[in-house]
Amino acid sequence: MNIVVCIKQVPDTKEVRIDPVKGTLIRQGVPSIMNPDDKSALEAALRLKDQKGARVIALSMGPLQADTVLREALAMGVDEAYLISDGAFGGADTWATSSTLAAAISKLDYDLVLTGRQAIDGDTAQVGPEIAEHLGIPHISYAEEIRIEGDTVVVKRQFEDRYQILSAKMPVLITALSELNQPRYMTPGGIFSAFREKEVARWTRADIPIDDANIGLKGSPTRVIATYPKQMKEPGTKIETGVDESVQYLLEKLKEKYIL
Amino acid sequence: MEKNTKNIIVFAEQVDQQITPVAFELLGKARELAEKIEAEVVAVLLGWQVGHLAQELFSYGAHRVILCDHPQLEQYRTEPYTAAFSAVIAQLKPQIALYGATSIGRDLAPRIAGRIHTGLTADCTGLEIEAETQRFLMTRPAFGGNLMATIVCPDHLPAMATVRPGVMVKRLPDPSASGELINFDLDLVENQLYTKILEVIKKETSTKQNIQDARILVAGGRGMKSAEGFQILQDLADALGGEVASSRAVVDAGWRDKSGQVGQTGKTVRPNLYIACGISGAIQHIAGMEESDFIIAINSDSSAPIFRIADVGIVGDVFKIVPKLTAAIQRKNQ
Repeated sequence: MNIVVCIKQVPDTKEVRIDPVKGTLIRQGVPSIMNPDDKSALEAALRLKDQKGARVIALSMGPLQADTVLREALAMGVDEAYLISDGAFGGADTWATSSTLAAAISKLDYDLVLTGRQAIDGDTAQVGPEIAEHLGIPHISYAEEIRIEGDTVVVKRQFEDRYQILSAKMPVLITALSELNQPRYMTPGGIFSAFREKEVARWTRADIPIDDANIGLKGSPTRVIATYPKQMKEPGTKIETGVDESVQYLLEKLKEKYIL
Repeated sequence: MEKNTKNIIVFAEQVDQQITPVAFELLGKARELAEKIEAEVVAVLLGWQVGHLAQELFSYGAHRVILCDHPQLEQYRTEPYTAAFSAVIAQLKPQIALYGATSIGRDLAPRIAGRIHTGLTADCTGLEIEAETQRFLMTRPAFGGNLMATIVCPDHLPAMATVRPGVMVKRLPDPSASGELINFDLDLVENQLYTKILEVIKKETSTKQNIQDARILVAGGRGMKSAEGFQILQDLADALGGEVASSRAVVDAGWRDKSGQVGQTGKTVRPNLYIACGISGAIQHIAGMEESDFIIAINSDSSAPIFRIADVGIVGDVFKIVPKLTAAIQRKNQ
């Protein structure tokens, strides 16, 4: 069985700050990490490899620095890693990103494609389902459990108030929730070989069989026309006093607001 | 009078023959947008034996309802829903298509966007028509809520957006409203894209009602120290006739389940009163509750960011203040 896992390098959004004057993101000093949902997708693939035997291929699209997350994937145990990196792919929205990734995946032999549900820098949850549509295969999103039975996957799919247990014949794409598992750590030997012995193959524009109309900024139906820091509301009153005074103050406020 | 051909379509999500509330919120927003571009609001209702739900959609603002009633659509599955909704879009050629950013809407909308080749903007918090240009502007948070981005979809139709539940305001329902109900003929044949539903398991939740419907929320964060720590919040919520919510940290720690989680990866709420207890106020949490009418924060750390958005901030120990407050309210209730 061949499993392709799509991973993205993202800024750790917990560490992102906004320049209060310019209103732009301060990226300096913000660590880049493997997107958490993608890491769970990767772990799921590696567990299937441990249980059933599989070849696991990690794929990432991004700038050359994204090499780091692919090395991390190699150190966790993936067999091959590909970095799709070319200026021609820059500025892509979810449609162009998914077309590019689907074209890259179509060059590989695959039974299963795993992605994270969403990336923490965009939170769209769109790229996984759109890749599946471009590949013409079914997808199951929000996976909390994955099982393989012969040529079929059985997935526990999360909704707000329920789960569906769904099955689909491979090839199929599954998007993983971080609830799916606890990703393994890299081993020292894994790190050594990932950085010293193994290779991350680089694919450029010429390697991806896709029309120019479907990539990069030009192939993106959506355009970001403005970004701005979020407007925060004005703070109210803050009091620092004893317990009884605090309780009294709250009771008055609740009365003022007709809650009591 | 010239026949109006512009349409804004709204995915009227239903589960177990109940319309998901966000669909009503979308209808309210769609009506507002429709007035600016002189369009009609069309609710698209997918399911099996759900025709009786159309009246509710009219009462919340739909001019027309397109009904796709088919056994394959009884429970949500990606493929038959994608095929049906894409067929409706192909026939209606709407300007705008709106979906709730629910776990169904966020699965369906990208699959449709891929199929019909158009743009999709996720989890929008603002939708408007720009007066001078008539452009449809979609605004959404990015980078974990640190930044807002305004997005357009200039050359593809329809422009599509998912909208977070609880963000848009629904209209007051007009039970006497009526409109045209259109049965849409569908030919849905199973193919390799269809998944099979083997089983449905309902989740057990710790909250009695959906926190998005609660008028008063008492929310706890890491400062509540344990699952047991939430008991004093439950007592306060009971005294106020409210519901208990939580931050993400609490869900990650396993103290509360996800149904009560407020924030970027949880739910967006806008109750009349939000009492944040032991919640530091990460931007991801604030994104989900800052539209509340009145916010009280109780936290022992006077520099906690939650105080920046609270109408009333109390620096102090929740374990001392909350029980006393509850007791005082209980005395008043008697």
